[in-house]
Formats: sequence, C-alpha cells, structure tokens
Amino acid sequence: MILSETKPFAEILTSLENDDKVFLLGCKGCAEASKTGGLQQVKEMKEKLEAEGKEVTGSTAVDFLCQKALVRSRLTPLKEKVLAADSVLVMSCGIGVQASAASISRVCRPACNTIPLGDSRGEWPSRERCRECGDCVLDFTGGICPLTKCSKSLLNGACGGASDGRCEVTPEKPCGWELIYYRLKGLGQLDRLKVYIQPKNFAKMEIPENVIPSTLYDIEFTEDGRAK
Amino acid sequence: MLSFQESLGKFTVTCEVGPLKGCDVSEIIEIAEVLKGKVHAANVTDQQSSVLRLGSMVTCHILKSNGLEPVLQVTGRDRNRIAIQSDLLSAAALGINNVLALTGDYQTHGDHPEAKGVFDLDSVNFLATLSTLNSGKDLAGKELTGVPNFCGGAVVNPGAAKEAAYQLQLIKMEKKAAVGAKFFQTQAVYDLKAFEQFMNDTAHIGVPILAGVIPLKSAGMARYMNKNVPGVSVPDIYIERMAQAEDKRREGMKITAELIRGLKDLCQGVHVMAIGTEKDVPEILADSGVL
Repeated sequence: MILSETKPFAEILTSLENDDKVFLLGCKGCAEASKTGGLQQVKEMKEKLEAEGKEVTGSTAVDFLCQKALVRSRLTPLKEKVLAADSVLVMSCGIGVQASAASISRVCRPACNTIPLGDSRGEWPSRERCRECGDCVLDFTGGICPLTKCSKSLLNGACGGASDGRCEVTPEKPCGWELIYYRLKGLGQLDRLKVYIQPKNFAKMEIPENVIPSTLYDIEFTEDGRAK
Repeated sequence: MLSFQESLGKFTVTCEVGPLKGCDVSEIIEIAEVLKGKVHAANVTDQQSSVLRLGSMVTCHILKSNGLEPVLQVTGRDRNRIAIQSDLLSAAALGINNVLALTGDYQTHGDHPEAKGVFDLDSVNFLATLSTLNSGKDLAGKELTGVPNFCGGAVVNPGAAKEAAYQLQLIKMEKKAAVGAKFFQTQAVYDLKAFEQFMNDTAHIGVPILAGVIPLKSAGMARYMNKNVPGVSVPDIYIERMAQAEDKRREGMKITAELIRGLKDLCQGVHVMAIGTEKDVPEILADSGVL
C-alpha cells in the first residue's frame, strides 16, 4: 500500500499551463484507497479542469497503474483519446506516474505527492522506485524519478561523472539524468531541464503522525483499539 | 597583481592546492610562498575524491595569511544546508569570499566508503544559496548580521563525449549562471579543437570560463585518465611525447605551457591543477607567457 495526496490545484494548473487538452489517468489500487485517483476523484478533476477551460479528451482509472502491461492493455482501446491530449495527468503515486510515463508516448504529469509510510512500501517488481518524498518532481523530469534513478539524488541535472552513459557510482546502472534527457528529448520537452528545482523539503519525508495509527501503517494497533 | 574578482573577465590564472592528510601545515606555507604574486588565486580542494584531508577553510585561511588569495571549494557531500550556510558565514568572517560550489564525489569512492553521504543541496541549489546569503538572508528567510559578498563559481566538464552527457553539462551551466555563478572552472582540457567548440556552444552564457589544465607526469597517467576520467581525452601525440621523454616532469610542464598558450585566445583564464607539483606552476606560467 502506498499513500498519496493530491497536489494543490494551483500547482497542477501551473504544470498544465501549456496544455489545452488533457487525458486523465487514475488508479484503482492504492490511489483509489487514498482517495486521490479513483474514478470519483478522476470525475471531480475532470470537472475542475473543464471549469478552468481545459479540454479533457478522455479519462479512465486502471486497476493497477504500477503494472506497465496493464497500463498498455487498458489504454489501447482509448489510444486516440490519449494521443489527442497534450499531456496525461496521472492521479496516482510516483510509481504509477513513472510506469505511465514509460508506457505512453505523451508527457505524463503527476497530480499527486506520494507521502511517506516509513519504509513500509510494498513489493514492486519492476525498475521504478518512489522515495515517498511528499513533493513529486516527476513533472520536470519526463516521468523518471531523479531521487531514485540518480545515485546522488541530484535535482538540477547530472553530476558530470557518467562514463559512456553509465553511473559513476554504480556502473551497472545507467546515468539517471541521461535517461531523463533522452525521455524529455523524445517528448520535445528538453526545456523542462532548465527549470530550477528548489532544495527538497525533507520535513515532508517524515512519516505523518496521523498515518501511524491507521490501517495503512499498523493494522494490529488499530484493531486492538489502542490507536490514538 | 589584480585580485581574483578584479581579474574575472580579463585573463584569470588560478591553481589548485590539495591539503594533505594531517595537521602539519608547513608544506602549505611553502606552497603559498612559491605561488603568491604568480596566480590570482589558489583553489583549495575539499576532501578531494572523498579522501579525508585537512579542511579546506583552514587551508584557505593559511594561504590568505601568507599572501595568496584563496578560492574555497565546498561540496555538499559532507554537509547539509545548515552546515553549508554556517561554513560559508565562517569563511566570510575570515575574509574568504571566493567559493567554488560542488556537489562532491560520491563517498564510496574515497577512503571512508562506509560514510553516510549528505547531498542535501546539489551544486545549483548551493550557488542559489550563495546568492541568498549575499542578499543578507539565510535559506529560511531570516536576516543575517553582516552581509557577505561571495563570488560563487562552479565547474563544468567540457569534454563530455556523448550527446546526452554534453547537453546536460550545457543546460546545467546555464542553470548555474542563472542562479548566480560568476565564473566556471573546467575539467582538464587537452584537446583545443574540442574546447573551442565548447566555447562556441557556451558563448551565450556570458560568464568567464577558466580552462583546467593538468601537467602530465607520465604516459601511464595520460592513459589512465583517458580510460577512467569522464570527459578527459589526452591526444596520442602527448602520450607519445611523454613516453619518449627522458625528463618526464619537464616534458609534462612543457606540454602544459603549450596548452596554456593555445587557450589564451580561446577563454577567459586557466586553472592549473598540478596535483602534488604545485611548486612547478610559476615556471609553467612563465613558459606559457601568461606570467
């Protein structure tokens, strides 16, 4: 289980400022449970974006956005609506955004921040990782997470130490920033690399107190009635 | 001799001093004696290659007390934003205002590979922090007593070979300039033609660029750098000359002086990184005609 919260609507609108047409993609897994990406929230987001003059070319919620095969198969019948959009607004955790960005040839923007559960993140079989930083930057990096793909978690570009595309720290891995470069280049979005990203607010990576005594964190505590 | 900041935009000559492991500073004082009046400033490395050494700030202070203007190198590997800002204010209190902002080599590559890396601020965040402190406030927006006047600089690797690596360097350079970098020092340059292309590609940035040069000590060193240091490519002709030379130290100095002569018309300065042979720098500079 991964917990997410919807980004402030103003931040979402800023990320969509150059996109007139948007496809909405929700997730019926953790995001539905978090009330951030279920069909109900997708419907509400559609209304809010239309009220702001955006055209929503289509919307759906996939059972588990973290499964790339599922993303591809579920979106195939909706391909025209997806491709008619300038971008896809993904209403899920950071893994769902990364899995969507890896599967869809459109810019995928995060609508949510993934909030920390204190290293309790579930098993995830593929290569994407989410550090639950509480302040998702995937909108600036082509849907590839610099915190988890770059060994130094750099926010503003490569360290310059990569050799032939391999990470200086872990040569078995590709340089995360080179992956970001090629993804953004393919999307015609290289200008995103020029946006200055503020230092991370590490306070957002502390586990929120209200999460701890909940079924999300410790089901036994809650069932015993000892939760505060 | 002009101060470092006065020299920027004209032709700036800097060199590098690497503190030793330990607290004996006699070697540093000797180096200061040899270099003062010969370079505009000397960079002092900060736990270079993640190997523990005497601190950069104290070494800068010793250089300054001995008549050599320092450039304080600071990495974000070992410090969070509180320590970075505090160290910068400490430097300002000592009259050390030139700062080279670095992300830092990864700790597992050094002699304390078990250490926890920090990387709270990346080099672009770090440069923005210098600008914030110069405005009289800290990163939390709180007023400072006394306003520092930092001249922040950054590094760039002009020899990155692949398209992505090279373009990422250029974009990051633009970002660094936009948040306040006042100078750039580069990774070692041996290929003047490629460097000229880099200067053309970055002409729009408008921040002085000091080309890095490293005197070769042997053909083996050149081959090692070609294989292991991203962005460094020593042409075969220099490797051949080093292999043939009887006096390798002299030949390395001669090649470096030739490179500096070639760089004089291409960029706004040179940065001589004479790892362990700092005392040779004045002779190299004299031979190259910049002294």
